Amino acid sequence: MRKTIKDLVLLRNIRLNPDNHLLIFKVPGFDSDIKPGQFANIEAKYSTSTFLRRPFSIHNIDPENETIHFLIKRVGEGTRHITDLKEGESVSVVFPLGHGFTLPERDEKVLLIGGGCGVAPLMMLARAIRPYSEDIHILLGARSAKDLVELDEYSQMGELHITTEDGTAGEKGFVTQHSIFKNVSEFNRIYTCGPEPMMKAVAGIAMKNNIWCEVSLENMMACGFGVCLCCVTETKEGNKSVCTHGPVFNVNDLKW
Amino acid sequence: MVDLAVKIDKLNLKNPVMTASGTCGFGEEFSDFIDLNRLGGFIVKGTTLNPRQGNPYPRMAETASGMLNAVGLQNGGVEHFIHDIYPRICDYKTNILVNVSGSTVEDYVRVAEKLNDLEHIPGIELNISCPNVKEGGMAFGTSCTSAETVVNAVRKAYNKTLVVKLSPNVTDITEIARAVEAAGADSVSLINTLLGMAINAEKRRPVLSTVTGGLSGPCVKAIALRMVWQVSKAVKIPIIGLGGIMNASDAIEFLLAGATAIQVGTANFIDPQITIKIIDGIEDYMIRHNIKDIRELIGGLQM
Ligand SMILES: Cc1cc2nc3c(=O)[nH]c(=O)nc-3n(C[C@H](O)[C@H](O)[C@H](O)COP(=O)(O)OP(=O)(O)OC[C@H]3O[C@@H](n4cnc5c(N)ncnc54)[C@H](O)[C@@H]3O)c2cc1C
Ligand SMILES: Cc1cc2nc3c(=O)[nH]c(=O)nc-3n(C[C@H](O)[C@H](O)[C@H](O)COP(=O)(O)O)c2cc1C
Ligand code: FES
Repeated sequence: MRKTIKDLVLLRNIRLNPDNHLLIFKVPGFDSDIKPGQFANIEAKYSTSTFLRRPFSIHNIDPENETIHFLIKRVGEGTRHITDLKEGESVSVVFPLGHGFTLPERDEKVLLIGGGCGVAPLMMLARAIRPYSEDIHILLGARSAKDLVELDEYSQMGELHITTEDGTAGEKGFVTQHSIFKNVSEFNRIYTCGPEPMMKAVAGIAMKNNIWCEVSLENMMACGFGVCLCCVTETKEGNKSVCTHGPVFNVNDLKW
Repeated sequence: MVDLAVKIDKLNLKNPVMTASGTCGFGEEFSDFIDLNRLGGFIVKGTTLNPRQGNPYPRMAETASGMLNAVGLQNGGVEHFIHDIYPRICDYKTNILVNVSGSTVEDYVRVAEKLNDLEHIPGIELNISCPNVKEGGMAFGTSCTSAETVVNAVRKAYNKTLVVKLSPNVTDITEIARAVEAAGADSVSLINTLLGMAINAEKRRPVLSTVTGGLSGPCVKAIALRMVWQVSKAVKIPIIGLGGIMNASDAIEFLLAGATAIQVGTANFIDPQITIKIIDGIEDYMIRHNIKDIRELIGGLQM
C-alpha cells in the first residue's frame, strides 16, 4: 500500500494495565495491504518537548471494520499524550511504513518471541502465519505478571509460553532462559521484537543453531520514511535506515 | 490570479518553496505524499566525492521545539548519484539542486565538475557549513578567506547557478556572505544547523555518538530570520532563507526579511505534505492582502 498521512479518529482507547493501552483507530476506505511488522508514525500532540512523531508497530488490522490497532506503552511525554487521547478525537498518522516480516513456508514450525512492548507486532504476525502453519509458539517475556497483556488473545494464536523476571507468571528468569530453548533446533524460524539486549541474545541462539531469524528494530526515528538518515543500523552492507530497509532485518544481514 | 514565480540567478522557480538538503532525500521518497512538480525546487542530500558511511548511531536527539542531528553526510558519493539516482529523478519538472560537500577544496571542485554536465541539474548548493564532519565542511564556512578560496575554485569549474550555503556558527555572518558574493556566488542560502548538544542526565552521557550535532527546527527560526535580514542588507545576490520554517506564515516572514526563496527542512519529517500547504498558504495570504506579485513581499518589511 502507498504511504499516506491521514487524520484518524480514535474509536476505542482501552487501558489494559496502568502502562499499556490498546488504541483502535478508524481508517475510512481501508486498504488491507498492510504487512505484519510495518509501523506507523503518530503525531504526539505538538508541544515544546514532543516535537517529532512517535513510531509504533501496527499491532493488528481489522479490514471488515476498517480499523487499525496499536499497543502502546506509556514511557514518556509523547506516549502519554497519545494514550491520553479521548475516544472520538483524531490524530495525524503516517502509515504504513517500513518492510514487514517474511512469512514462513507451509507447515514450518515457528517461534515468536516478544519482550516488553515488543510484543505489539507479533499479534498481526501470528494472525498472518496461521493460514500457513498450525505450529506457532509464542514466547512472551516481562518483568512481572502485571506487565503482561492480551494473554488470551495470544493464546488463541498459538501455544503460549511465558517468562517473568520475578517469577510471578510462567517460568522465572529472562526470555532466553526459557526451557523452550532446550529444543530450539526444532524450529524452522524465529521472529523477535523487544529490547535490544533480548533480541541480541535471541539472535545469538538462532545463529548458533543455524535457525533463520528475523528481528524488528526500534531505533530512534525522526522522519520514518527514509529521508533523514537518523535511524541507521550497521549492516554487512553499511549503514541502512531502519525505517525503510527495516524495521525487520534478518540477523544474518546485521553486524550482530 | 496571483504570481508566485521568483528567480534565483538563471533559475526560474514557479514558487519560492523548496526543500532543504538532508531533509528530503532525493525527492522521490515524497512521491506517495505530494506532487513534487509543484515545488519551486528541491535540494538533494549532501553529496561528496567518495561514498561516506556517516557517523555512528545515535545520530538524533529531540530538543525543545527542534532536534539535533549528527548524520555526518552519509551518502553514496557523486558517481553513485550520477549513475543510480539522477536517471530516476531527472524528469521531475522542478529545479533539482545538488548539495555539495567536501573536506578539501579539490574535493569540492571535482564534485562540481562532474555535476556541471548533468542537463537536468541547473545548479548546486555548496555546503561550506556542515557542523557534523570533523575534517571540513564548516571549517570553510567560518572564515572569510577559506570561504572565498573554495567558492573561487568552484566558480572556475562550474558555470551554472552556484548557491553557497552559509553557517550560522560565526560571529558575523554578513562578512562571510560578502566574501562569497565577491568570490562569484550567484546566491546564498542560510542557515545551516547551529552547533548544539544534548545530555542524558540519567546516564550522565551525551545523547549523540558525536557529542555535538546540528540544531534545526522552530527553535532556530528567530536566529535564522535575523541572519537573513542582516545578510539582505549586506549583499546584492538573491537569498534563500531557511531555518525552522513550519508553515506559510513562517515562510512569508523570511520573504519579508529579504529572502527571494525559502527552504523547508525539519518540518518535512513531521508533515511530508507541509511544502504544498505552505505554497497554498502563501497564495491565500497574497489574495487576502491583495498582493498580485510575490516579489512585492521580498524584502517588504515595513519599518
Ligand atoms: C519501528 C518502531 C516500532 C515501535 N513499536 C512500538 C509499539 O508497538 N508500542 C510501543 O509502546 N512502543 C513502540 N516503539 C517505541 C516507541 O516509539 C517509543 O516508546 C516512543 O517513541 C517514546 O516516546 P515518548 O515521548 O513517550 O518517550 P520519550 O520521552 O521520547 O522517551 C522516553 C523513553 O523512551 C525511549 N524511547 C524514545 N523513543 C524511542 C524509540 N523510538 N524506540 C525505543 N525507545 C524510545 C527513550 O530512550 C526514553 O528512555 C516503537 C519504536 C519503533 C522505532
Ligand atoms: C537530518 C538532517 C540532515 C541534514 N543534512 C544536510 C546536508 O546534507 N547538507 C546541508 O547543507 N544541510 C543539511 N541539513 C541542514 C538543513 O538543510 C537546514 O539547513 C537546517 O535543518 C535548518 O532548516 P530547518 O530548521 O527547516 O530544518 C540537515 C538537517 C537535518 C535535520
Ligand atoms: S527515521 Fe528518517 S531515515 Fe529513518
